[in-house]
Amino acid sequence: MIQIQNVSLAYGDRPVLRDISLSLTERRIAVIGANGSGKSSFARLLNGLVLPTSGNVIVDGLNTRDNGKDIRRKVGFVFQNPDNQIVFPVVEEDLAFGMKNLGFSKDKIAERVNEILTRYDMLELREHPAHLLSGGQKQLLAISGVLVMEPAIVVLDEPTTLLDLRNRRRIARALDALEQTVIHVTHDLDVIAGYDRAIVIDDGRVAIDDTPAQAIPAYQRLMS
Amino acid sequence: MLDLYSPGTSVLHRLPPAPKLLALMIGATVMFLNENLLLTAAAAMAVLALYLLAQLSLKQALAQLRPLVWIFAIFFVLQWVFSGLELAAYVVLRLAALILLASLVTLTTRSSDMIDTLTRALRILKPIGANPAKIGLAISLALRFIPVLAQITADVREAQKARGLERSVIAVAMPVAIRTLKMADDISDAIESRGYRP
Repeated sequence: MIQIQNVSLAYGDRPVLRDISLSLTERRIAVIGANGSGKSSFARLLNGLVLPTSGNVIVDGLNTRDNGKDIRRKVGFVFQNPDNQIVFPVVEEDLAFGMKNLGFSKDKIAERVNEILTRYDMLELREHPAHLLSGGQKQLLAISGVLVMEPAIVVLDEPTTLLDLRNRRRIARALDALEQTVIHVTHDLDVIAGYDRAIVIDDGRVAIDDTPAQAIPAYQRLMS
Repeated sequence: MLDLYSPGTSVLHRLPPAPKLLALMIGATVMFLNENLLLTAAAAMAVLALYLLAQLSLKQALAQLRPLVWIFAIFFVLQWVFSGLELAAYVVLRLAALILLASLVTLTTRSSDMIDTLTRALRILKPIGANPAKIGLAISLALRFIPVLAQITADVREAQKARGLERSVIAVAMPVAIRTLKMADDISDAIESRGYRP
């Protein structure tokens, strides 16, 4: 569970988030909002990549101010552009990176990498250069690179923005099948229709917090 | 596009990185010490034979030299003018053989294996404050992002061409620099997110 307690965030003099308090307990949570509304900064607060200017973010009882490294093990983060997230030149090496950092044995790394490549039908790409993958394959690799670390929560910051329709659907199916809690920052309203909760951020504040059935039309009215 | 690692199961692929790197160092030194054109030509042929042993095609071997054709041409002409044809042939052949040999190591060695080996070897630098793991990661990132930076430059060049600015170096260099710095921030966040502890 993630608790956000009276969180405000500013970059220098520019306020980005203003006095947000939320308790995130649902399995599928969408975060939507206009460009520049503060939703990416909100996502980065959840695994301690960004620390609040005031207030606290508590993940399973741990404050992101003091336990960044432990929290990043619990909360995986998928970025918008997979090219900025894939660290190693070859698919298999990149998948192993996070597990190596966590100190897993070679055998365990090989077993889990095999498992994730099989799950996403990418076994034949095991030794493929990462820069030659398609956009959808790169994003699946980026997501897989996070999932091999077995986080309890996965935060995704617009992972389908750079993808075509077919790959958006592929990623959406992959996300639907995840056992983990998913917090998904997106502009893709179709993908989040079946989610448990949708939070609309507008001008750094929570403008709407409801089920997608209620929140999406309200968001569309807000944007019109 | 740059070829880094070419998957395979040949003897050279299965050989650990340390002997390959050592052989590269010794081979490069011997080639520099040798001043005989015929022996250099024989060394170049031997390197090409190693490509075949590694189950790599001669086309792949030539692809390693293609980006440097202009440099070879400039070297050849300058050496020919100032030192004669034989020395020009020797210098260019030696450079080509060295590049082919170094590329062969890269093509048959996974970067993670190479970095693990280098990280272990660099432990001797720990007493002077060097962090081998950080150096290893830096090498890996350099290998990974060469093609990404090439793609960013191509994208920006295309965008500026559409605006009639293809001849302006600044119009290409500035957006590339800004995008690269932004990318560096994101990569740093991504590495931190994936549990990296320097």
